[in-house]
Amino acid sequence: MAVKVYGKPQAVCPQRVMHCLVEKGVPFEFVLVDIDAMEQKRPEYMEKHPFGQVPFIADGDFELFESRAIVRYFAAKYADRGPNLLGRTAEERAKVEQWLDVEAISYSPCAFTIVFNLFLLPIRGLPGNKGEAVAAMEKLDKVLEVYEKQLSRTKYLAGDEFTLADLTHIPVTRYIVEHCGLAYLLDDKPHAKAWWEDVSRRPAWKKVMSFVASGASFYSP
Amino acid sequence: MGSVTVYGPPISTAVSRVLACLLEKDVDFKLVNVDMAKGQHKSPDYLKLQPFGQVPAFQDEHATLFESRAICRYICDKYANRGNQSLFGRNGGGPAERAQVEQWLEAESQSFNPPSSALVFQLAFAPRMGLPQDPAAIELNQAKLAKVLDVYERRLGESRFLAGDEFALADLAHLPNAHYICAAGKDDMFASRKNVARWWEEISTRPSWKKVVDMFSAPPA
Repeated sequence: MAVKVYGKPQAVCPQRVMHCLVEKGVPFEFVLVDIDAMEQKRPEYMEKHPFGQVPFIADGDFELFESRAIVRYFAAKYADRGPNLLGRTAEERAKVEQWLDVEAISYSPCAFTIVFNLFLLPIRGLPGNKGEAVAAMEKLDKVLEVYEKQLSRTKYLAGDEFTLADLTHIPVTRYIVEHCGLAYLLDDKPHAKAWWEDVSRRPAWKKVMSFVASGASFYSP
Repeated sequence: MGSVTVYGPPISTAVSRVLACLLEKDVDFKLVNVDMAKGQHKSPDYLKLQPFGQVPAFQDEHATLFESRAICRYICDKYANRGNQSLFGRNGGGPAERAQVEQWLEAESQSFNPPSSALVFQLAFAPRMGLPQDPAAIELNQAKLAKVLDVYERRLGESRFLAGDEFALADLAHLPNAHYICAAGKDDMFASRKNVARWWEEISTRPSWKKVVDMFSAPPA
């Protein structure tokens, strides 16, 4: 029975999960949860996901929420398939974990604030809070300066191989660069810019984007 | 062995998270204070350990790491055969058990930590630093935290600890923020919810956490 991913395909957190599954060559069914109609807050959905968020996955009888827990699960379950996304030793894994936490705690909160105010609200015809967006951009710029230093020493965040720590950044960064006009934040950071160009061109990520654009429900490798 | 060093003041919530984990795992460590009032966390030497200028930083003979939850995960992996061996799912429990712990560790990081950190700052640290408290921020974050604790109340009615029947990293991660909130007199948030109260009583009276709390009042090294 295929993995089921519940969410909206355009949303950042479900895209992380899809990308991981595609990297690992794992087929899945995408089940739409209409977050624009607040379906994720309905009691039937909250039976599965007590925080009323997306994504949620079912792998046979096993169910899980929190996109970063989900990608860790699949990366470990399919460790012998596709690229090594978790490192091979305790130390390599710890570096992956370190940068995963940086993404979750320092990078994404700023990035989400920017996307929310400069993209999500305006496309609904609502005013975004420019002040909050600008403050978040300044914070994100400082975080990217640290990334620039790291990426001048290693090709990817946790070392010289692409790992989950890079993967979880991709969906929200694409929104920042393509929908919020903020590609220029990378212009004075040549290593971070090269990293972005590399990770966003991964064949698996491109397959996720095609899948999302197609509106299909079933993905097969 | 015997070369674990943690950098940071023990009263820091993120530092104490790591200390709790080391004590659960019976791993000896040296604690090196970082005087944040004097800006030591922004010194060039410290920034080599932690490029974001935050605490804690961690070193053993194999790795230098930051981000408290990544450090805890590493300690559990690296010292798998020491101390409490079910912090990350039982040995031989497989990817599904570990994923349950990851799920609730992410929930702590993404849902519990933001409002509880804000409350810890307002209730415990602002007064210490001679800063005025913000009643609106306290009210807002209390309301957010209440919603999260309602989810926990339901979950802890089904399960002894968050990820299952054993105390795990997912529970441990909550100790610092919850401790400060209760110590500041807002323990009614926990006490008024039957299952949360039972869980909090159980995890906060663990000997490892009591030792960490003792370190809060010890003079800095």
